[in-house]
Amino acid sequence: MGRRVLITGLATFWGGRLAQALEADPDVEVIIGLDTRQPRVKLERTEYVRSDENYSILSRIVRATGIDTIAHTFLVVDSTQMSSRTMHEINVIGTMNLLAAASASGSTVRTIAVKSSAYVYGASAADPYWFRETDRRVGSPRTKVERSLLEVEGFVRDFARDNPHVCLTLLRFSNVIGPDLTTPITTMLQLPLVPKVAGYDPRIQLVHEEDVVAAIMFALRQRVPGIFNVAGDGQVPWSEIMALAGKRGIPFPPFATGLAVEPMRRLGLVDLPPELVTLLTYGRGIDNRRFKEAGFGYRYTTAGAVDAFVQALRLRNTVGGPDLGYRYEEDVEKFFRHSPAVLRDRPSD
Amino acid sequence: MAGDERPQAAEAAEGAKVPRTATAEIVPFRLPPVADEQAELDDPRPGDVDEWGRSERVRAAVRQAYDPVYTRWFRAHWEGLEKIPTEGGALLVSNHAGAIPADAPTIMHGVEKELGRPVYGLADHFFKNTPVVGTLWARGGGVVAHPDNAYRLLREQQQLVLVFPEGSKGPGKTYNERYRLRRFGRGGFVEIAMRAGVPIIPIAVVGSEETMPILFKVPSLARILGAPYFPVTANMAFGPLGAMIPFPAKITLRVLDPITFDVAPDQPRYSRSRIMDESEAIRQQIQEALFDLLRRRRSVWFG
Repeated sequence: MGRRVLITGLATFWGGRLAQALEADPDVEVIIGLDTRQPRVKLERTEYVRSDENYSILSRIVRATGIDTIAHTFLVVDSTQMSSRTMHEINVIGTMNLLAAASASGSTVRTIAVKSSAYVYGASAADPYWFRETDRRVGSPRTKVERSLLEVEGFVRDFARDNPHVCLTLLRFSNVIGPDLTTPITTMLQLPLVPKVAGYDPRIQLVHEEDVVAAIMFALRQRVPGIFNVAGDGQVPWSEIMALAGKRGIPFPPFATGLAVEPMRRLGLVDLPPELVTLLTYGRGIDNRRFKEAGFGYRYTTAGAVDAFVQALRLRNTVGGPDLGYRYEEDVEKFFRHSPAVLRDRPSD
Repeated sequence: MAGDERPQAAEAAEGAKVPRTATAEIVPFRLPPVADEQAELDDPRPGDVDEWGRSERVRAAVRQAYDPVYTRWFRAHWEGLEKIPTEGGALLVSNHAGAIPADAPTIMHGVEKELGRPVYGLADHFFKNTPVVGTLWARGGGVVAHPDNAYRLLREQQQLVLVFPEGSKGPGKTYNERYRLRRFGRGGFVEIAMRAGVPIIPIAVVGSEETMPILFKVPSLARILGAPYFPVTANMAFGPLGAMIPFPAKITLRVLDPITFDVAPDQPRYSRSRIMDESEAIRQQIQEALFDLLRRRRSVWFG
């Protein structure tokens, strides 16, 4: 019998990408995607289940479908997307309920991968240049994202301790860049003048979006328990990243940066959340060797990921982006998945 | 290979070719195969800043600018330079003095010039916290003092690392306390050397105290600026520009015998009492060497 996988946050970028990657894996028999919203990418055989962000129906789903693997991609790390209350609800309460359902008696869950972020390490002047998985952050968390992610990691650790039979992988990704993903960093690099903090040129470590999906797939397939940092090789100064993008910087004052950024946010140009301001001031490096030793191979270095993003951007600016005209039609999807008229044994297309 | 390295371009190109009708679908996402393990990943770096934030271009310029200061202004003189190994990691430990300490650049530049090996100077994160200064400091070769950074440099990269165990208490002392070593912290430098399995090489520096003597300090200003200390120096008598220029005291550096520890590296913990004993012994050695050098010194300016 193949793997039976549940994805949280199917309508998010990561959930959609992961579902597509899992569909290509013949060992995966069932893919169930939870989200509050409808999927935004075309999926062949993934079953979409609408749920609230607290996953109140989750234990029923686990019992009914015999899920053995959970990919928890629905952790919000971009605080510009929503209010802090919603973020808390999704990250903390959502993870709590998810793990409670996964550890309920009779649960068939044996593998869990959680997509966390290197934001848990924070960024300060006193930091080591390479955070290892065992390192604790230097200062106490100041921003809401960092606090909520640390709380999530606390639940995850407790769960791992209480459920030694479950292989739990916690992946801490550095900031992601890629052709199709929109983050504050990719938005900034598309502005005519890229924001920077005057007097600072921090070392930044990025990871390509494909490496993120590959890392989650690796964790689900290889079942490597523990915490792993995931980031491209090398740390590149922000000035070099701007140079790769062919952009000039616009300096923001190093003191009260948040206040100076506020007008930009009001104008809808760019939203620099506080955790990104500290990153652009002090930078952050994470040691990615542990995941490599576990057998993971990266496709991009930090500079390579930036270059790939810039090339895709150039192409898009010339010929236009891919048409994302997909709309989820419930009846159509139901028909293809469940109608007796559809021939099952034939490969689609 | 090129296809593996640039899958996103191909993907976007395919997407662009799809007729742009309402029913057009995006190209299904497929993970490209993992790159060959031996294959070097494409790493298009426009600059030369390394993982420690150092830039060889900046460092070469700084070396060129500082060399006349080193040879003509301070007339640095080394004793026992051959005790610094030409390969393998080692932790250089020295006394630290002067409001803007001249000993750090003198040791770093001296070893780089005479032995041709880079020295990684560890310093308080106060530098990194300061705009402009922090960036220049990092490009020139400064690294934030953190046990992880020191371990990585010493054990994994087998480099020379320079630390001042007195921390900011050394340069922050007033002129009447000159050449009296402060407490050597909590002996963290000994623990790092033990864990990294490298020798400690003590260096006694005479002259840096007189380059920028502190008359008194203004703690309230230091608090406002977030600096370890705010000194009023004798150099300030020569105006704002003069305040930045050290006096041309002759700097003499004596390298003491390397100290090795007969303990296994990479242990999670080392005996605290052993660490404190070794730390105190090294402090004593440097203190005695300083007194010896001062006994032989006839003139502050000519050595």
